[in-house]
Amino acid sequence: MFSYILKRLLYAIPIALSVTVLSFMLVYLAPGDPLNAIAPADAPADVIAALKSAYGLDKPVPVQYGMWLLRAVQGDLGTSIASGRQVVTEVMSAVSNTLLLAGVAGFIGVLFGCVLGALAGYWHGGWIDRIATFLSVIGVSVPHYWLGLVLTIIFSIWLGWFPAMGAGPGGSSEWLWDYEHIRHLILPALTLAVIPMGIITRTVRALVADMLEQEFVIALRARGLSNRAIFRHIAKNTAPTVLAVAGLQIGYLMGGSILVETVFAWPGTGFLLNTAIFQRDMPLLQGTILVLCMFFVGLNLIVDILQPLLDPRMGR
Amino acid sequence: MALDKWVARWLMVVPVALALHSGVHAETVARYGISMADIPLTTGQPDRGAGAYQFTGHTIYDPLIAWEANIGTRPGKLIPGLATEWKVDPKDQKKWLFTLRKGVKFHDGSDFKADAVVWNLDKVLNDKSPQFDAKQSAQVRPRIPSIVSYRKVNDNTVEITTKEVDALFPYQLPWFLISSPAQWEKVGRDWNKFASQASGTGPFKLDKLVPRERAELVKNAGYWDKSRLAQTDRVILLPIPDALTRANALLNGQVDIIETPPPDVLPQLKSSGFKLVTNVTPHVWPYHFSTQPGSPWTDIRVRKAANLAVDRSGIVALMNGLAVPAYGQLDPTSPWFGKPTFKIKYDLAAARALMAQAGYSPSKPLKAKIVIAQGGTGQMLSLPMNEYIQQSLAEIGIQVQFEVVELETLYLHWRSGAKGDINAGKGITAINLGYVTADPFYALTRFADSRYVAPNGVNWGGWSNPKVDAELDQIRTTFDVKTQDKLLAQVHQAMVDDALMLWVVHDVNPHVISPKVKGFIQAQHWFQDLTTIRM
Repeated sequence: MFSYILKRLLYAIPIALSVTVLSFMLVYLAPGDPLNAIAPADAPADVIAALKSAYGLDKPVPVQYGMWLLRAVQGDLGTSIASGRQVVTEVMSAVSNTLLLAGVAGFIGVLFGCVLGALAGYWHGGWIDRIATFLSVIGVSVPHYWLGLVLTIIFSIWLGWFPAMGAGPGGSSEWLWDYEHIRHLILPALTLAVIPMGIITRTVRALVADMLEQEFVIALRARGLSNRAIFRHIAKNTAPTVLAVAGLQIGYLMGGSILVETVFAWPGTGFLLNTAIFQRDMPLLQGTILVLCMFFVGLNLIVDILQPLLDPRMGR
Repeated sequence: MALDKWVARWLMVVPVALALHSGVHAETVARYGISMADIPLTTGQPDRGAGAYQFTGHTIYDPLIAWEANIGTRPGKLIPGLATEWKVDPKDQKKWLFTLRKGVKFHDGSDFKADAVVWNLDKVLNDKSPQFDAKQSAQVRPRIPSIVSYRKVNDNTVEITTKEVDALFPYQLPWFLISSPAQWEKVGRDWNKFASQASGTGPFKLDKLVPRERAELVKNAGYWDKSRLAQTDRVILLPIPDALTRANALLNGQVDIIETPPPDVLPQLKSSGFKLVTNVTPHVWPYHFSTQPGSPWTDIRVRKAANLAVDRSGIVALMNGLAVPAYGQLDPTSPWFGKPTFKIKYDLAAARALMAQAGYSPSKPLKAKIVIAQGGTGQMLSLPMNEYIQQSLAEIGIQVQFEVVELETLYLHWRSGAKGDINAGKGITAINLGYVTADPFYALTRFADSRYVAPNGVNWGGWSNPKVDAELDQIRTTFDVKTQDKLLAQVHQAMVDDALMLWVVHDVNPHVISPKVKGFIQAQHWFQDLTTIRM
């Protein structure tokens, strides 16, 4: 088991390094000038040249990458060209907001996905299965932003139940787990939850339906085990796959949804990326992408480590 | 209880209750949904363009010379700000003397004196000074290009020297705002800390800043201009970049004012009791032609034909009324519009005749490649509007092909000029970019003066007219404002008569306000005065 974890940790290093190269280089491939983030469009050439020098953008790209990587490993992701604020502060503030949203959305998605999937798998071919399948297809097919807008129109404008945007009175810096703040979370979390819910429903349904026909389940029934006991066996056997799929989905949610966070003006990583992309704020863009990728790498590592704990065969 | 006792008790209670009520003043709050993705810089010189000055510029800070932004029925004009008077030195017309307003204090309580003006000029122009801030400098340096040196004459007088005689120099100064040197020292000489503890002399103080989420401005009760005291105790600025989200927030009651509503939602907003406010705005949405050899637009007949081929009322309808037709670089209400002989209107027959004279027709079309943005600030409904014009021009025999890029990339095309490889190398002969036309330099000089041909400036197409150059030189040495206006009108006339661009529409800077909002005045400018907002 120890060697398995060590192997996984070692695999993560080249992946993380590749991520740094990609996140640094990707922004150079996009057209546009990063100085547009700071200089007016008609800034004269001497102002542009002075700014390039001030931000080190006049150095060769490999040198810029080396300097950036050296700082990044020390926890310094530089300074946003547009705002002058520390990228780490910007990203961490956005990450905490996205974690809040993704946590709630992930919880809803995984919970309802597992319940619906299990019901659909157990009554495979029945009306519950049809309803669950219908909902899961809707979940994975409906565009996020469209659903967000529809939910806003119904629940915010027509019914007036929930706010249309924002992270609560006073902004995210004053977040509290009270009704006034939770109201702001409901619509974006529901919008974000539908995709993981759909995917997990389909996964669990297929696994449970397949598992029910396995010989060991027939043997368990023959031994006279109750449905609850049989369900425990099925849950244990489906858990590693569900965990892997849920891990990926939560990883996607952690990345924030540019569209959903923009539609709800939710100050998370998606909203931050949107701002950084349109402003060509390279340090902010590179830092945000790096942190998000690292989250993904870390989450996959956790899933890889947890899986053999649930199914020891995987650790061998 | 006897009736008289009951009455007596109430007679005692009611006045006490009324007195208490009058003593407790409920804070009035206006929540403003702005179209930007972040709060503009709060250190003194806002980023995010001219439209940002109304939010964190002229609210927290004051310029030496201000722009009259609390009137909507006519174009504003230059008015005294922190300088009560300014005049050019008759012996050396490159030198300007500014008499500073006495008794003005920064929000931190420190005094505003000549030292603060020099310190702020160093902040943006002298990269050796400890307070130099590259971000603020980048924002304002291009807007105050004339300044070459400056000095304190005494506590209440500052002298600024321009590179050459420049009578239009005062128009540059509403862009230059004064931050507090004492506050900068107090926060440890750190502009990032200053951003959240800003201090200027303006009618609002910054109370709270949450990056990308909100800025809360509170009334500065001690503001020096009592006629411009804020009418609302607190203005909350909320960045909501998505237009539909802004409209939803207004409909839901989360904000009281929004800028730039989505045209499609206007009928719903109006029917829900919200009020649309628009006004002529110094902005134009044109096709800027290349007049370089090889460009199809070198023929004035083609340029004029293009201007006559577009039914601008159709574009206005496409925008649900959120635009006005352009008859030149400026709106006809501008004092610099003049009397162009070329009347821009929709006249298909005249346009076809001009094209025929030039040797083109729908069966033998002229081909032109134009670089446009897919959208973005100032670009209005870029793609639908461009497609509309493409169809209009096709009717007179101009076959337009678009090079669609992101706005940031379009700026590169713009700065490079028509001759630049990025344009000429791809056969691009016109550019579509929304232009701010707020003052003589921004509206006329930078496009008409041959000295500003790219890369020296943004005379993108390389237009050169010796008569106009001479007029611009004359304007620079003419200090009488009426004569200045007359000469500027002549420059504009020349631009229109030469059909320098295909002018399509002007933006009207639309806002939608809740019925609770009173006193919202929309100036004919990008600078707006938030002090007039009353709840």
